[in-house]
Amino acid sequence: MLAIFRRELKAYFNSMTGTIFIAVYYFFSGLYFFITLSYQIASLTTVFGSMFVIVLMLLPLLTMRLFSEERRNKTDQALLTAPVSLTSIVIGKYLAAITVLFLAMLINVVYGVVLTAFGNPDWLMIIANILGQFLLGAAVIAIGLFISSLTESQIIAAVSTLGVSLLIILIDSAASLVEYNWVSKVVEWISFNIRYDDFTYGIVSIPSVLFFISVSAIFIFLTIRKLDKRRWN
Amino acid sequence: MIEVENLTKRYGGKLAVNNISFKIDEGEIVGFLGPNGAGKSTTMNMLTGYLSSTDGIIKIDGYDILTNPNEAKTKIGYLPEQPPLYIDMTVEEYLDFMYDLKKVKLPRNAHIKEICDMVKITDVYHRMIRNLSKGYRQRVGIAQALLGNPDVLILDEPTVGLDPKQIIDIRSLIKRLGNGHTVILSSHILSEIQAVCERIIIINEGVIVADDTTENLSMNLSEDHRLLAQIEGNSVAVLEALRSIDGVTNVISLGEKSENVYEYSIETVDRCDKRREVFKTVVDHNWVLLGLSYTGMTLEDVFLKLTSSNNTSNKHIINSSIGNDLDNNDTDEEVKDNAGDIQA
Repeated sequence: MLAIFRRELKAYFNSMTGTIFIAVYYFFSGLYFFITLSYQIASLTTVFGSMFVIVLMLLPLLTMRLFSEERRNKTDQALLTAPVSLTSIVIGKYLAAITVLFLAMLINVVYGVVLTAFGNPDWLMIIANILGQFLLGAAVIAIGLFISSLTESQIIAAVSTLGVSLLIILIDSAASLVEYNWVSKVVEWISFNIRYDDFTYGIVSIPSVLFFISVSAIFIFLTIRKLDKRRWN
Repeated sequence: MIEVENLTKRYGGKLAVNNISFKIDEGEIVGFLGPNGAGKSTTMNMLTGYLSSTDGIIKIDGYDILTNPNEAKTKIGYLPEQPPLYIDMTVEEYLDFMYDLKKVKLPRNAHIKEICDMVKITDVYHRMIRNLSKGYRQRVGIAQALLGNPDVLILDEPTVGLDPKQIIDIRSLIKRLGNGHTVILSSHILSEIQAVCERIIIINEGVIVADDTTENLSMNLSEDHRLLAQIEGNSVAVLEALRSIDGVTNVISLGEKSENVYEYSIETVDRCDKRREVFKTVVDHNWVLLGLSYTGMTLEDVFLKLTSSNNTSNKHIINSSIGNDLDNNDTDEEVKDNAGDIQA
């Protein structure tokens, strides 16, 4: 697992996708932070609230190649014939992807420090913000990981994951157009946005934490099942 | 070392491998032979645990590949048809990664260096794999299979893309590895199998149509069992002497090949081997034996005979026609292609 994690992490920076991801993340979060500063607000809520869309749009870049590239280059033969379990292969790759996300999110600590220099921000709230975004990202990465195990093409994996991201972004506004009460109830429950917004206001609710962790776990499990099933037909 | 029992692989409705069984002992070098699409790679992929079988048991050194995959996989070094190389890594990084992935316990640097020397990739050790030629990539693939010094080596067409000198190198390497390793290698180049392997398993349309030593294969399948001898000496006396050998039924002179050298065709009772007696007779009479060979089939003949799809004399082939994974039209062409390889 450690070998796969290390290789995957190195590949992110060899192939530039990791670097580009981090650069774009810095650019947009820096932009929103600049706006926050110009309004003289000692809170990162606006930054994190706006980054919801950016993170969702960027993450397919990280997940698109995870399994599709292995399959296209037939390097999965090396992985699957090595004495390692499917679970550790999948988790190794997943950890590498969320590590890149984590590295990108470290910039938020710098923003916090800058705010502290000028005002008196609530650090607990900043930590809640970071936690929320990380959990959101981890869940989306798991979905992207699963999608990349379905196809040999990185492009198809990227576009499909982007489609899922768009659905996650738009589902709230779509649900508000529907009149049925139960639809909005269901959407409210599965909405990433509503749960994420709680975090940006500093609310760490256990159901939301568990929700994101469950989504991650389910899609990691599905990825393992998918890879195992491919050996059978 | 390797036990395969009733192995079957079905892709949807198609049978790729149909109920094959064989056993390979420690230290054997076995060649898998068969036209493209015969099920060689599928079988190898199942042996290595990359694919699961639809039915049947595979045991590597007693460990079942399905129930004890990690123990079994540790014993195998596998070079797939396309070497599983990460082209964005250097050879060094790649072998390092594979070393970790395979959980090799041997001393890292010394072991990797030894393998690099063995397959002669030391001079490209620090280069990116994407910049390597096909031959070097193939050798990095072999190096990867050798990591951890596994008991069993499974090599799927190991010499594809190599130049003639490299082919000879790799073949002698495989032969050397045969001491102490069990090697399975697939190829459609017959001369290669003949040069390297002691035993041949011929697969066609997912079934084993032959499993024997090279020599026995050509002996048993040939209907024509004459011995051809070129002897320097008086032809009348030679004919008489050869005919007097016990067990020889008929000797015909095939004419003078060069000055005072005649070729003879010798037929024996029940295909028994009379080469020693012929040699002794020649020596006793102070003649010179310039050549002695069987008219038996060459491996090419055997291969074509066993794998041609319109051959109805072979019962296996008739049985397998139900699970035909091959496009029949392709088979003939591919067999011809393969025959072309040998001549080239």
